Amino acid sequence: MSVRITYATTARVLTQLRRDRRTLAMVFLVAPALLTLFKFIYDRQPLVFDRVGAPMIGLFPLVIMFLITSIAMLRERTTGTLERLMSLPLSKLDILLGYALAFAILATLQAGVTGTIGFVFLGVHATGPAWAVVLLAVMNALLGMALGLFLSAFARTEFQAIQFMPAVLLPQILLGGLLLPRNHMPGAVHVIADALPVTYAWDALTKVTAGDTGTWLWLDIVIVAGSITLALLLGATTLRRRTA
Amino acid sequence: MGNPGSGPVAEGEPIAAITVRDLRVRRGGRLILPGISLSVPRGRVTGLLGPSGSGKTTLLRTIVGVQIVEGGSVEVLGQPAGAAALRRRVAYVTQAPSVYGDLTVAENLRYFARILDAPNSRIEEVIGLVGLTAQTDQVAGTLSGGEFSRVSLAVALLGEPEVLVLDEPTVDVDPILRRDLWRTFYRLADAGATLLVSSHVMDEASRCHELVFMRSGQIIATGAPADLLQRTRSGSLEDAFVALTEAA
Repeated sequence: MSVRITYATTARVLTQLRRDRRTLAMVFLVAPALLTLFKFIYDRQPLVFDRVGAPMIGLFPLVIMFLITSIAMLRERTTGTLERLMSLPLSKLDILLGYALAFAILATLQAGVTGTIGFVFLGVHATGPAWAVVLLAVMNALLGMALGLFLSAFARTEFQAIQFMPAVLLPQILLGGLLLPRNHMPGAVHVIADALPVTYAWDALTKVTAGDTGTWLWLDIVIVAGSITLALLLGATTLRRRTA
Repeated sequence: MGNPGSGPVAEGEPIAAITVRDLRVRRGGRLILPGISLSVPRGRVTGLLGPSGSGKTTLLRTIVGVQIVEGGSVEVLGQPAGAAALRRRVAYVTQAPSVYGDLTVAENLRYFARILDAPNSRIEEVIGLVGLTAQTDQVAGTLSGGEFSRVSLAVALLGEPEVLVLDEPTVDVDPILRRDLWRTFYRLADAGATLLVSSHVMDEASRCHELVFMRSGQIIATGAPADLLQRTRSGSLEDAFVALTEAA
């Protein structure tokens, strides 16, 4: 593993993103816009917005980094740059950490912007500290990145890669408790939800929102961190030096 | 034009940089290489000539160690192809350019230079070698097809590799630049590097020190261009290829 190569990879990924102005605009505008939309939808049910507003700020980066990583990695695979990287003196970890660092930086900025707009202008409420929501957002961005990186190995085209969002991520978000708290769901659904990583990402966010920062919050964080590690390890196995 | 036939290695006893033995490769269920053997001399430009679909790219992929192999062995600089120690010593330019289209020429090279730990001065140098100095700060994806593939070639030259494997490097290149690129290839070979260059156009063949003719996954002949002409009593390498194919 090399700090030099990891850092160079981070810089390279950020340069590519910087050059793609439209994507950057989406990254920074879509989340605040959706949050604003939620604010108006639940105008007459402010309690619902109080429950989901802050967690949503922390969950947007999950979706966006998942999509960006899926496409970016798919491009690396289809244009041959990944094969070239794999033939050079670097370790897979350099690529993975390079990407992780780049997306952590982007996620921090995104959650910072969405958080500022949410907490300051939209009256989003969290009993726990706002910075904790931003930190959890960064963690969720890494989860999205790790899942996207792994799943990109199973897509041949960008069309297919994008489908993993509704196929893999959306069910997890719905089961996690965005629409309905999990304890209102039937038992079988509850059991499935308990096996999915986004559930714990959501729980951590709702706990911070409710000001509940005890041991259970840390358990959620440990489970999400474990899921990120597992997904990255699985992702690393899809970065192959030799292919058929 | 350079002078095929010159090189630092003594005539008669070429030291092999690449040794392929009974190589068998299957891709997509099809047996592409049914068991070929080949030796590529050190310090020379060897041309791998053959029609599209003859297995050239598959052979090159096994030599750089990115291809899953069914049987046989490939040794490069005395080590099994793809060995970790070879990653700094062997460079590969794929047919489709493998660089980042959304980065500038300089940004692409800077990234790969960091990976190889090559000095910054080397970046400007290789950009000059492939004739892209005027396009240094242009986003690679906006370059013409030929220019874009030269960015890929520049990346391969960065680390001053001992073995340079090039898959159709001079496609879409204008004649002046093609001549300059070949001069670069000869200079590298004179300095001791081994170059293996594939092409499906025969007019490239005469530029090589050594030739390997390939067809349908088989090696049908090897030798210096002059030898092959003499052996087949042909006026052109194209005719020699046809004669050797019919004899095989």
